[in-house]
Amino acid sequence: MTAIETSMAPRPPRHRVNPRALRWWTVQAALTSAAALLPQLVALELSDARWLVVTTSVTACLAAAYVLIMPSWRYRVHRWEADEHAVYTLAGWLHLEWRVVPISRIQTIDIERTLLQRLFGLATVTVTTASAAGPVRIVGLDAQEADRLVRRLTAITQADRGDAT
Amino acid sequence: MNEPAWRRLDVRMLAVFSLSEVGAVVVVLFIMLIGSRGDGAWQLIGAVLAPSALVTHGLLRWLTVRYRVGVERIELRSGLLNRQVRSVPRDRVRTVDLTSSPLHRLFGLSVVEIGTGSSTAKDGRLHLNAVATKEGERLRRELLDRSPIAWAKPTALSALPTSVPGTLPGSGPVRESHLVATLRLSWLRFAPLTTAGLVALSAVFGTGFKLADDVGVRLGDLDAVHRVGDRLGAAPLWLAVVALTLGVLVVVALGSMAVYLEGWWGYRLTREPDGTLRLRRGLLTTRSLSIEQRRMRGAEVAESLLLRLFGGARCAAVSTGLDAKATSHGALLPPAPLAEAHRVAAQVLLLGDPADATGAALDQHPPAALRRRLIRTLLPTVIVVASAWWLATTVPQLAPAWPAALLALPLAALLGLDRYRNLGHALRPEYLVIGQGSLIRRRVALQRRGIIGWRLRQSVVQRLAGLVTVDVVTAASAGRYSVVDLSMDAAVHLVNEVNPGLLPTRHPTNLSADLTNDQEGRFAEPTLS
Repeated sequence: MTAIETSMAPRPPRHRVNPRALRWWTVQAALTSAAALLPQLVALELSDARWLVVTTSVTACLAAAYVLIMPSWRYRVHRWEADEHAVYTLAGWLHLEWRVVPISRIQTIDIERTLLQRLFGLATVTVTTASAAGPVRIVGLDAQEADRLVRRLTAITQADRGDAT
Repeated sequence: MNEPAWRRLDVRMLAVFSLSEVGAVVVVLFIMLIGSRGDGAWQLIGAVLAPSALVTHGLLRWLTVRYRVGVERIELRSGLLNRQVRSVPRDRVRTVDLTSSPLHRLFGLSVVEIGTGSSTAKDGRLHLNAVATKEGERLRRELLDRSPIAWAKPTALSALPTSVPGTLPGSGPVRESHLVATLRLSWLRFAPLTTAGLVALSAVFGTGFKLADDVGVRLGDLDAVHRVGDRLGAAPLWLAVVALTLGVLVVVALGSMAVYLEGWWGYRLTREPDGTLRLRRGLLTTRSLSIEQRRMRGAEVAESLLLRLFGGARCAAVSTGLDAKATSHGALLPPAPLAEAHRVAAQVLLLGDPADATGAALDQHPPAALRRRLIRTLLPTVIVVASAWWLATTVPQLAPAWPAALLALPLAALLGLDRYRNLGHALRPEYLVIGQGSLIRRRVALQRRGIIGWRLRQSVVQRLAGLVTVDVVTAASAGRYSVVDLSMDAAVHLVNEVNPGLLPTRHPTNLSADLTNDQEGRFAEPTLS
């Protein structure tokens, strides 16, 4: 980033997600890592091929790094904001993705709560448009705040009825 | 509300249905006659049963399928045991397509396919097989007619070039409709440059071989095949190879021309007074496709490498509610000269000048994008060449051949360069134009009003290079179109040029200030009134 001193970049959205998302992401990462590690550990029990030792230890190192680093990194990145003009999110950790949708193009607003999210009192707000390219998601919101956000967004979008295509 | 009466399919569909399934019945009978030995009674039963089952099936369909077009909805009832009623709101109808196979044409029938905006292709489409062609035309007019429509304002029309070079074939009622393009036979030269012929030919050969095999003819045993084989075997190897290659090329070229003519004979693209674009084509099977003008979100001009070498291109519609399969991916034009493709793209978007759409001059992307293109084409090639070298060192017989692999390096570099050269974007008054690709070079013009969202994506590599990919989200066709490898500055500028103020900006130097200002830890109150 040398030649862009005078140039513009998107301002990150205003709000961080709920800090409980840290723990949620950690548990998720731990589950994913376990799913990758367990079969290899079982295989290691049954045979003691050298390459198996190598792959298992490499997986273990990567998994440890993933569980330790990813959640806090994600928490630093993930942000969102919504006002009467647009819904705007920033997500990712290694790979960043900014998404912005004008309010007038919103078709549906849903709340989604997986079992794991419910354990931490979290929710995901999904904002869909007429595109086949996939919705805008705000993950890791406090469940009650998510409800309030959906109510507000619904009120705003109802005031702004169009074809949205 | 006074609902209209239920209508049936045309009774002539009984004949078409029976005749079109006759092949299957013949096969069944054939198997029964060959397969069962002795017992004549069974054969007789089979010979009577199979055709009558067929006729009954057709009769049942004719009896059970009914449709009606109400003020608000179109309804379709079908099924004897599993009753099905499907109902589609009229204002959801996006396309009404008529298709007539030669058999349908013989009986004056058309298959009507009514498409809605739904992206789940099956649920969103009503299928009527078949009604009288006249009734199909009536349905098309009735369902797509939504006057008054903004585009049909006389000012908008008179601003457009109204004449198309060439004559109008046929004497259809073209008085009010505006002709956009018709087929020129000189375009036939592009036919061999497409894969359509190859695909069709392999299908024909495949079926031919299978049929011959089923009937019990071994092609290898045929006298003619033997004679050709002997002739080729007697000649020197290089001559045989050249002769075979030439032969295959000629057959493929002729085949693809035949496919081109079958598909595009009588091609006419018109703008109808009811606010639709109408495309008619086909020699044996005729097809009529209508797209509502107000559903058009843009157009795409694509050149495969072969087409590009000979100055040809394709043109397709970017529209909501198009079923990619049913409309051959929204093709608006057969493979044709590049300038013609740009002209048609501009015309269907109601623009006089192609430079306002796909023909625009593009802004090039920063040099870092060139580096990325080169790395992405060269790196895999280097790996392949290196493994070829490694193979040559382990298998000595291959050693003389491996330098040939080095040829891949300059080719990869050329590919990377060409990709960069074609990469770019331009903002025109009404359209955003995106260019990219080399093996298939694409130019897509997207209506700025049709953009329903934006995404900026940045991988680790892109972050280091100061690049970002902008996804333009639309309700049409592919859902999103990517502007690859812009500088962050240009990306932010692009979004805010199209939708002023949509993407909040800051100068990168203030990054730390932004982060510390945030209410960390506490859940922030959304700034909604």
